[in-house]
Amino acid sequence: MWQWLKTLYHRLGSPKWFYDLTSRWIPWLIGFSVLGGVVGLVWGLAFAPADYQQGNSFRIIYIHVPAALISQSAYIMMAIAGAVFMIWRMKMAAWVARVIAPIGASFCLIALLTGAIWGQPTWGTWWVWDARLTSMLLLLFLFFGVMALQQAMETDEAGHKASAILALVGLVNIPIIKYSVEWWNTLHQPATLKLTEKPSMHPDMLYPLLIMIVTTYVFFALLVILRTRNEILWHERKRTWVKQLLEKRWNSAA
Amino acid sequence: MHPQRKKRLTLILFLVVGVGSAVGLLMYSLSQNINLFQTPTQIANGEVPIGRTIRAGGLVVDGSVVRAEEGLGVTFKVTDGVASVPIFYDGILPDLFREGQGIVALGQLDEAGVLQASEVLAKHDENYMPPEVQEALEKAHQAGKANLEAAAGY
Repeated sequence: MWQWLKTLYHRLGSPKWFYDLTSRWIPWLIGFSVLGGVVGLVWGLAFAPADYQQGNSFRIIYIHVPAALISQSAYIMMAIAGAVFMIWRMKMAAWVARVIAPIGASFCLIALLTGAIWGQPTWGTWWVWDARLTSMLLLLFLFFGVMALQQAMETDEAGHKASAILALVGLVNIPIIKYSVEWWNTLHQPATLKLTEKPSMHPDMLYPLLIMIVTTYVFFALLVILRTRNEILWHERKRTWVKQLLEKRWNSAA
Repeated sequence: MHPQRKKRLTLILFLVVGVGSAVGLLMYSLSQNINLFQTPTQIANGEVPIGRTIRAGGLVVDGSVVRAEEGLGVTFKVTDGVASVPIFYDGILPDLFREGQGIVALGQLDEAGVLQASEVLAKHDENYMPPEVQEALEKAHQAGKANLEAAAGY
């Protein structure tokens, strides 16, 4: 097992191996994202029953919860990739950390905006400075900070290092977001989906939500892979394998 | 593991654990200020100074909502199950405001111990269900059935 992980790790460090491997995955990931997105959204927005108190406005949960979950997962992944770069100086890890930042920021922004749109009819306000909302806003600023630091340094190497440290320091915000609704009095409700207990949501409403969560994870993976491939092509543009690849593309297009 | 990598790994672990515990202690010492609202028990115990703007949160007591004869003025009580606080609010209440619902009110406590609210927000809980299930639950509740969840079918 350990040996297998080690081999996988060394292979992941090779840009060409990653590029070739993911070429085969992309059509599947696109297919799954489209299919899951259509099924989940149509089921959730049109066929799931309305909530007994909120009526139809609860349906924003099918966008809000997946986006919020993925922005936090993206942050954790970015910090881990940053740590791998710091410890082993693996270039691929730095590129992955770099491409995740804007994707994570986008999902975080979607979660904040949909939350505000839902908050207006339900709570009676767009925004309130409670612990959950404030810590999510901090997450967005951390993503922005990581993106800015990557660009602010003279060399790529220095940018990767500085942003990895910021990402690792900001990791402390993730448990704060998760437990903010339990540790303090907040306007935001506690979690509906729990790992250890059964969800406090009727199955008719729950299944489309689960579909949307899985689909959004797959969509996130697709975005990260596509952007990582671009990053690889750019950094390896002077290598023979990229030149050959481009030549082949050029010939088949002509 | 290469000694230099080991050193960097330890450094990073120290960084994450160090920042984590520092922020943890900070949050712990600030926890009273991070709370969005005070509970009726805290207010009844006199932990809230008169005249200062605070938020009070709790469930609206059944049968406590009294609307003024003229205008939008409304008086109600919120409770946390231990103590309750009367609230006066002159304005439009959110759609989800009803008896038994959780709310958060922003305002100042006057000498009579009434919170003069300038804003009332509805708090939503983490339960989602279709109206029919809610009715079934209500019926089961009235029939005195102990096993509510079985009636809801999940």
